[in-house]
Amino acid sequence: MKEIDIADLKRITELVKTKYNYDFTNYAMSSFKRRILRILELHNLNVDELIKKLYDPAFMEDFLNEITVNVTEMFRDPPFWRVLRDDIIPAIMLNHQKIRIWHAGCSSGEEVFSMAIMLREMGILDNVSLIATDLDSNILDNAKAGVYNLKNMELNEKNYIRFQGTSSLSKYYKESNGKAVMDKTLVENVSYRKHDLVKGEVFNKFDLVLCRNVMIYFNQTLQNEVLKKFHESLFKYGYLAIGSKESLIWCDIASKFIVVNNEEKVYKKIKD
Amino acid sequence: MGMSRFTLNNKYKAVVIGGSAGSFQGIVKILSHLPPDFPLPIIMCLHRLKHVRNGFVEALSIKSIMEVTEPYDKEGIKKGKVYLAPANYHLCVELGHYFSLSTEEMINNSRPAIDLTLGTAAYVYRDKLIGILLSGANRDGGLGMKYIKDRGGLTIVQDPKECMIDTMPNAAINATAIDYVLKVDEIVEFFTELNKQYK
Repeated sequence: MKEIDIADLKRITELVKTKYNYDFTNYAMSSFKRRILRILELHNLNVDELIKKLYDPAFMEDFLNEITVNVTEMFRDPPFWRVLRDDIIPAIMLNHQKIRIWHAGCSSGEEVFSMAIMLREMGILDNVSLIATDLDSNILDNAKAGVYNLKNMELNEKNYIRFQGTSSLSKYYKESNGKAVMDKTLVENVSYRKHDLVKGEVFNKFDLVLCRNVMIYFNQTLQNEVLKKFHESLFKYGYLAIGSKESLIWCDIASKFIVVNNEEKVYKKIKD
Repeated sequence: MGMSRFTLNNKYKAVVIGGSAGSFQGIVKILSHLPPDFPLPIIMCLHRLKHVRNGFVEALSIKSIMEVTEPYDKEGIKKGKVYLAPANYHLCVELGHYFSLSTEEMINNSRPAIDLTLGTAAYVYRDKLIGILLSGANRDGGLGMKYIKDRGGLTIVQDPKECMIDTMPNAAINATAIDYVLKVDEIVEFFTELNKQYK
């Protein structure tokens, strides 16, 4: 197993911070280190060569794409999606005609399509405004395109069946050249935007914020900062969904939320 | 029993266990025979079905002497607890003795990957780590065991002759000089002997 010095990691984060204003200082150490090692191996570089290449903005785009983890599934954790469909969305609909949802760190967009499919099956897709953000503009392009490897669709289909959707996932995509091409009408009203959770400002208010398995790549300091932004981005009594193995327990902001579903990690903002 | 066959001391801070196909019985036996006051955290990375989140930790808890939990992201590592890598996440150990979870690419076709849990634990605990690799049908864990050994930790594999599937322990044996090749009953004995070092 290869290693990299913490001092070298610091040189990389410093450069990226001063030159491009992305701050990876508070990323969780072990995964960040693995991502850097992966990039070094992928491009066959040593640390000095990587630093030199990072002065090229085009390479920086690739770097952003590879430093972030873009492994995701449609309907990951099917019970979560059932809770969303059967409890959370209906609860929001009690008080609102229109629902505003933010997918923070949407990666290649599988979760956005899952949401759109679920909302269409509930017959309320047109009542919902969806905003999907990521700091990596390449991956946002992929999210918009909605073209996925067919072999991933097998797992996605299994998840969909466990979610107990009302149709079949295959209804929502067409096969073309060994790829699954998603039905674009699902996401025609989704706004995809570049946004950095670390440096970005609060830009809107939402009824539901989803940020699942994104903050696991941050240390606790950064998790606290980002959670403050989510708190600010939610209407009072709005919902926050995080990954099933993440927790608000240790966070500064915990007292301003209540747990709505502990198993699926859905929280409700109760205090401004 | 006469003199211990193990050369031990009380420098160790954590135990990490990897296993896959055919390791469940062995794990249960080890957990059910632990000394009640066992002084170290036990971190387990076992291959498991991706989509089955519940049931595994409960099945292990029934017989375990120590409490078994799936850690949350950034949860602190405490002695006297057994931790199990959650389904569909890699489990990593961070400097400062806490866990982080990751949904990164599968390694050796596995998430959780044993190499990652063992490797990150070895980085943090260095020569104060004991690594144990049990039965399994995949090479995952072999590199992790080598890394533990390279960092000065103690390595144990289940005797391949006893394993339902011996690919995993053999991967470790081929990757590095393993300190002890033991049957499950002997691993139980090892834990008892280790516990005495902390009295």
